[in-house]
Amino acid sequence: METGTSRVKRGMAEMQKGGVIMDVMNAEQAKIAEAAGATAVMALERVPSDIRAAGGVARMADPTVLEEVMKVTSIPVMAKARIGHFVEAKVLEALGADYIDESEVLTPADEVYHIDKRDFTVPFVCGAKDLGEALRRIQEGAAMLRTKGEPGTGNIVEAVRHMRIINGQIRKVQNLSKDELYHEAKTLGVPYELLLGVHESGKLPVVNFAAGGVATPSDAALMMHLGADGVFVGSGIFKSEYPEKFARAIVEATTHYQDYKLIAEVSKNLGTPMKGIEISKLDASQRMQDRGW
Amino acid sequence: MKIGVLALQGAVAEHIRSIEAAGGQGVAIKRTEELAELDGLIIPGGESTTIGKLMRKYGFIDAIRNFSAQGKPIFGTCAGLIVLADRIDGQEEAHLGLMDMTVARNAFGRQRESFETDLPVKGIEEPVRAVFIRAPLIKEVGSSVDVLSTYKDEIVTARQGHLLASSYHPELTDDYSLHAYFLKMAEEAAAAASR
Repeated sequence: METGTSRVKRGMAEMQKGGVIMDVMNAEQAKIAEAAGATAVMALERVPSDIRAAGGVARMADPTVLEEVMKVTSIPVMAKARIGHFVEAKVLEALGADYIDESEVLTPADEVYHIDKRDFTVPFVCGAKDLGEALRRIQEGAAMLRTKGEPGTGNIVEAVRHMRIINGQIRKVQNLSKDELYHEAKTLGVPYELLLGVHESGKLPVVNFAAGGVATPSDAALMMHLGADGVFVGSGIFKSEYPEKFARAIVEATTHYQDYKLIAEVSKNLGTPMKGIEISKLDASQRMQDRGW
Repeated sequence: MKIGVLALQGAVAEHIRSIEAAGGQGVAIKRTEELAELDGLIIPGGESTTIGKLMRKYGFIDAIRNFSAQGKPIFGTCAGLIVLADRIDGQEEAHLGLMDMTVARNAFGRQRESFETDLPVKGIEEPVRAVFIRAPLIKEVGSSVDVLSTYKDEIVTARQGHLLASSYHPELTDDYSLHAYFLKMAEEAAAAASR
């Protein structure tokens, strides 16, 4: 009997496929998310848009938030640790978090090294904006990936960009000859063996979700069309006018992303979505996607 | 044999790959109309609360009960096992309520307690590589249910006539023996129906 194997960690993410993972800040929101059909919740003290507004250093949430959410839900509970902050991650593992997000939404704790995620029994999800980042995170032990997008903006453009970049790079790698692969591994800064795997299979070896800017049911469906295995919705749900209805609509649009009549139906009368931010108006220091390397 | 995999949420592609490796044809099923053309149905792993909700929403509860009433085989893994059960520990409402058994969700604990192991299964020659992920357990079964395997004295594989259920994920490995076993069930059911 073996725990924490790569198969057990990656398998957990496989079970999330086609699903929606929702940010929640307390037990009440967690219950709404579960009732709406979320496949997991991310327990946070503040959603990304509030972190953005508050400024300062964003850290791991108070453990009581995680405990409170775990107590009321039967679905998996995820939590965020700062990039490189392996002690926050160990604390989350000790608390019983089912998945840890080493996240650029929080202020990085290390400007060089990410967490050695193989040193944990619980699986990790990490953000990536290109194939190099994706494969470096996998080499460090990430069992699931997500696009970085630009969290807390309600603007899907960056998640689309990151998904398209990764897809494009995968197609390019597929068409390289074996000798060109050595050079490409050096250029991307990734291990040759992982790149060879992508060359042969034409896909990433772990599940890849969309995250960072999903604000409507159509946004979720768009990301599924672009090849996302599922969707993270952060600020979108509980910053909208009718969170319950909105959460259900996102779940349905993710399952039936090719059924436009259904998406039209669930998109009706959702009230005012979160306001959203134009990416070019963001100061360079406020771009969360540039955190992590 | 054409085997459908219910594709509302969860590990659909893995089951299709395993069924094809075992010699069958696998298709993803998103609408109730698509059930008509199948010889068997797999309800995959995922989140049972999500899958159950979407099944209700899109009319799959009655459609799959109907499919089962025709004697067509159904295989539920992990969340799929929960969905098949008559009784769910601590929950008032079951989903399909087709198999005479009581199941407990997340019976092994949280993700850090998830594991894989070699598991002997009645009717399959070699032990099956079984991946348990926040897995459920079968607490008790009715007299018409055949227990195919136990792990530490708890029931983890069971069969009731044309219905098969496992707590674990055979689709996450390169061991296709349980899928081959299910394909045989589908062949037998098809042969019985044409007689």
